Amino acid sequence: MSTTKELWVYAEQRDGKIAGVVQELLSQGQILADKAGFTLAAVLPSANGAELCQELYNFGAKKVYTIDDPKLADYQNDYYARAVAQLINEKKPEIVLYGATTIGRSLAPTVAVMVDAGLTADCTELDFDVEAGNLLQTRPAFGGNIMATIICPDHRPQMSTVRSNVFKKTKLSDNEAGEQVEYSVDLSGVPERMRRIEAVHEADTNSIDLNAAQFIVSGGRGVGKPENFKVIYDLASELGAAVGASRATVDAGWISHHHQVGQTGKTVCPVIYIACGISGAIQHLAGMQSSDMIIAINKDPDAPIFDIADFGLIGDLHEIVPEFKKQIAAFKA
Amino acid sequence: MGNINWGITEEQQEIVDLIDDFGKERIVPVRAELDEKGIFPADILKELAQMDLMGLYIPEEYGGFGADHMGFTLAIETMSKYCIGVSVSFAANALGADPILIGGSDEQKKKFLSPLASGEKWAAFGLTEANAGSDAGGIQTTAVKKGDKYVLNGTKQWITNGGEADIYTVFAVTNKAKGSRGVSCFIVEKDTPGFSFGKKEDKLGIRASCTRELVFEDCEVPAENMIGREGMGFLLAMKTFDVSRPGIAAQGVGLAQGALDEAVKYAKVRKQFGKPIIANQGLLWMLAEMSTKVETARAITYAACRSLDAGVKNISKVSAMCKYYAGDVAMSVTTDAVQVFGGYGFMKEYPVEKMMRDAKILQIYEGTNQIQRDIVGNSLVKEYASV
Amino acid sequence: MNIVVCIKQVPDSDKVTIDRETNRLNRAGVPSIINPFDENALEMALQLKDKHGGKVTVISMGPPQAEQALRTALSHGADEAILVSDRKFGGADTWATSYTISLAIKKLEDVDLILFGKQAIDGDTAQVGPGVAHFLDIPMLTYAQGVEVTGETFKVNKVTEDGYEIWDIDKPAALTVVKEANELRMPSLKKKMAAKKAEIPCWGYDELNPIDENIGLSGSPTKVSKIFAPPVKLNKEILSGEPSDMIAELIKKLKEQHVL
Repeated sequence: MSTTKELWVYAEQRDGKIAGVVQELLSQGQILADKAGFTLAAVLPSANGAELCQELYNFGAKKVYTIDDPKLADYQNDYYARAVAQLINEKKPEIVLYGATTIGRSLAPTVAVMVDAGLTADCTELDFDVEAGNLLQTRPAFGGNIMATIICPDHRPQMSTVRSNVFKKTKLSDNEAGEQVEYSVDLSGVPERMRRIEAVHEADTNSIDLNAAQFIVSGGRGVGKPENFKVIYDLASELGAAVGASRATVDAGWISHHHQVGQTGKTVCPVIYIACGISGAIQHLAGMQSSDMIIAINKDPDAPIFDIADFGLIGDLHEIVPEFKKQIAAFKA
Repeated sequence: MGNINWGITEEQQEIVDLIDDFGKERIVPVRAELDEKGIFPADILKELAQMDLMGLYIPEEYGGFGADHMGFTLAIETMSKYCIGVSVSFAANALGADPILIGGSDEQKKKFLSPLASGEKWAAFGLTEANAGSDAGGIQTTAVKKGDKYVLNGTKQWITNGGEADIYTVFAVTNKAKGSRGVSCFIVEKDTPGFSFGKKEDKLGIRASCTRELVFEDCEVPAENMIGREGMGFLLAMKTFDVSRPGIAAQGVGLAQGALDEAVKYAKVRKQFGKPIIANQGLLWMLAEMSTKVETARAITYAACRSLDAGVKNISKVSAMCKYYAGDVAMSVTTDAVQVFGGYGFMKEYPVEKMMRDAKILQIYEGTNQIQRDIVGNSLVKEYASV
Repeated sequence: MNIVVCIKQVPDSDKVTIDRETNRLNRAGVPSIINPFDENALEMALQLKDKHGGKVTVISMGPPQAEQALRTALSHGADEAILVSDRKFGGADTWATSYTISLAIKKLEDVDLILFGKQAIDGDTAQVGPGVAHFLDIPMLTYAQGVEVTGETFKVNKVTEDGYEIWDIDKPAALTVVKEANELRMPSLKKKMAAKKAEIPCWGYDELNPIDENIGLSGSPTKVSKIFAPPVKLNKEILSGEPSDMIAELIKKLKEQHVL
């Protein structure tokens, strides 16, 4: 086993629960590992890894490196980076994939400089060039108007962070076999330079969980003024959708920044994204163009939003959106 | 603006650019709400202080930026493109401070101008009374000397920044027998006992600005707070107006420019009969005339500022000219802008409706435009006296 | 307290368009701005300085014209600015950039806090902050929305996916800052005038004395292999006409595609 090259997925856990993106990474990792002839493994720093291995096997990990230490119970950048970097330096995997979560985007860049690895952020496509042995890491650049494929020819491992909801997760079964490899790292030499005092999980009071939403109805400058967001809210509530907004409306103070979708706001990928009165500046497209389906409503037929829309409705949102709501209500009835 | 070389210096251009950004980012998003609810733009003034703009007109030795009249006028003009309710709240500080700048002692300047320059305190100018509007000589508020104090009694009306300001320059009669030569000017601080405020007025326009009565009931003001000597008040007020009227003119220029900008943009996108309305000569000519009016108002306003900066003695005539001309232009251009917008212009959804309401005050305050014509006319009489 | 803010000059993405023939940015006429998240880092630094005194130094690595972003930062209230620029630094990826910036910061004395925007809007990598912290061997927290000084440590409020965490982090520390933290104040007139004339030192290869294989292209593990346009939507449908007809048509299609 140890002679085979390995592809690793960083098994992010929080409060003893594996992050959803890990399952997606394992499923995609499986495809890449098969193509490359690598073994798919997971790396799991935690306080008690044994409990979590089965879930990782079920999504394709043949091997799970558990690194157990009380100091690894909760994420702490120094300890986690030391643990993962040491394991990488010792086992020399070819590829390490991380979820582009708040944790992944702290850990991966730190590990990258520690082990002299190349790191490509926020990949939306991963493929493997069997001939050259390179991971082909594709990511949007300049707000998604250009796709760039990044390679890392001379450094190993090749590392990527990958957004949630980009790859499909495929559970193999509920009782896949796998091997737990316990690995210990001496963290006593790592100075304790930061301490988590409190972790607060906020219930989503405004029902604006854009990241998790199946449907999103978003308003842009075309909404005209703050009060007019009501039509957006009305349609959203009929659809059970979250409400998004463009930067222009947030900057104008029409709606709180929690709703902002785009490069400087949230990145979303719902099943349906309905853009109302949004012209489609690059900065907005960056946050929503990976949505499964985009419906654009705009009175300017030349608005760039129509370039990426599946359905474009040309006309006044103040007429179309209430009509949309009315017909959805009728459809539901 | 346009293709005219106004001879603006690099420093003045920096002032314009800074305030233009500020207007777009901080005033435009809130102006409709400030107008509708009559909210005083305290947060905006605080931010202007942080930007060194509250002390723009105050000399450097008192902690200000030391801009010349032209620079300060450009600041008011630029801000007025976005909201003159805000720009008057800003400019009224200078109006309140002008009597100190013009006639104050070095000690008074140090004590009162420095906190104005930092924006820590705000100022207001208290002249108008119920029976002393255009006839400023009809002041009834009295100041009676008592030891090292003056005791003020009376009520000032429609005072911009009233209640919000900390430092007031107040005109009161110290010697009734002398008529307008018996008026003196006092610096009164907000927390002085016997000094209180009436209710906030509900106005047609400039609704963001705060207008209140100043009520003096046996209000004792230290004698050292008198500006200049007894009886100098009326002259001080007139000199203040010579300096401040180009600022009111600048409000007119800015407001008219703002309305023109909105009107041209709208005329280009609004389509009727299958073409943008700007393609109609009738409308295009309206815009052309609006633009010409704005530029001529700007020209006379800048001429007044440059005369002030050049130290020209007695600029009352050009000062009055620019005030009434730019005020009338603002009224006419904003009215035309509403016309360009048609039905939409009448709705609060678009900014030109507010601009038109705001414009009206420019023909009224700091001397009605009829009084300004009197000043211009009387200057002519003097100029031609020997002919 | 000495605070360093690392800023990047980026094209204003609201105004950028792409040439579909060449897949290059149409840069002509596109204004360059300070990366929006770096503005939040700068404001965080200025607020700390307002409260506790000290000095705010802005550093930018980039081509010579990045000096403009530094002048803008000075006009908003930063005290000093340093440009890190050299032809030899060109082509750096986040690894080499982190290394190079860390050399510049090492030249500064008694730095208590280093702030970064959470990511840059042109590259969106979010990697330079953590990278610099590692090269400087100091603790780092990402996604900070608030910070307080508590003796020899900082108390940091950090955004997470579902809430926030409070951390205590030793000085000197590095933080990457989110938009929620604040809004950058307007420039001041006096500072804007001074910024125009300010001397901005440029530190290049000779000043930083780097290891050759760590800088520029040779210090960059990642290479761009190809650039291409994102796949265009096929089967796009554009509807116009009466709202009720358009919506009826749309709902019919959505039903056919089983999304409703």
